[in-house]
Amino acid sequence: MKSLKFVLVGFIFGIVLTKSEAVSWYRIYEMFQFQSFHMYGIIMVAIATGVIGIQIIKKNQLKNSEGEIITIADKEKGSFRYWIGGLLFGLGWALVGACPGPIFILIGAGFWPALLILFGALLGTFLYGLIKDHLPH
Amino acid sequence: MEILFLTWHWAITGFLIGIIMLTLNYFGKVFGMSSNLRSLCTMAGAGKCAEFFRFDVKSQYWNLMVLLGAMLGGFVAVNFMSDPSNVDLNPQTIAQLQQLHIDAPNGKLLPDTLFATVAFASPKAVLILVIGGLLIGFGSRYAGGCTSGHAIAGMSNLQRQSLKAVIGFFVGGLVMSHFIFPLIF
Repeated sequence: MKSLKFVLVGFIFGIVLTKSEAVSWYRIYEMFQFQSFHMYGIIMVAIATGVIGIQIIKKNQLKNSEGEIITIADKEKGSFRYWIGGLLFGLGWALVGACPGPIFILIGAGFWPALLILFGALLGTFLYGLIKDHLPH
Repeated sequence: MEILFLTWHWAITGFLIGIIMLTLNYFGKVFGMSSNLRSLCTMAGAGKCAEFFRFDVKSQYWNLMVLLGAMLGGFVAVNFMSDPSNVDLNPQTIAQLQQLHIDAPNGKLLPDTLFATVAFASPKAVLILVIGGLLIGFGSRYAGGCTSGHAIAGMSNLQRQSLKAVIGFFVGGLVMSHFIFPLIF
């Protein structure tokens, strides 16, 4: 089963985010109020681990499980989309205290009102797809 | 074993999230959760309405598997790994929440105000959750990524574009938390 390894990665991701309370509305509020280091610590250590890992991958031209050299595509050039898209995302993130990963983790855990967030998020994604060509990127 | 039930330390958590991202790189993929929202739209037939949704969902099948795993992980962690000591907030945060009429955690992961099943009966709670979702869905696609794709994967790969998005995330979050919350709660 080729997809089983991805389910397993996701399973660990779900447990890690829940047990660290990164999926908690409270923790997101506390972070944006600068009243705890917890969330900042998580994000900074994750990035530090990632930076070191990716540098090692690039320096040694490590291969992936398919035997190809690992390459990670650069993000598309642009400015407006990142600033404005980011700003809108941040407003939603602080309001409902969940980003896309946690939305699904919370639904899996049985917090059914999170289905309303998912509904809104799908609608928002759909809306973007509809008007994308009229937006500045 | 006891330690598994308590709140996991930020250093351990951050390290594990970094490893999860790198593991996906090792599998030839790139970490990013919000792409799944686009895949789900495509699966629901959004391709009939917009070019943006006409792509081969099979190429994103792996990511939906990650999502499925995450849901199972959430289920296991909440049902079998919880402890009353969880979500131990700054006392000042709890005092502020009281002023906003939001219940204190007392070991709960989420406030009842928004996430108890009774929230479905509150038009205000429903509106907040749907609008929040709308902003998340629209914003993450506009910015081309969310917390996982930009803040973790993009920043780890030293992408300047991701830094712009992450600054946007935090400016938006601070505006909501400091200026809009007192108006809506």
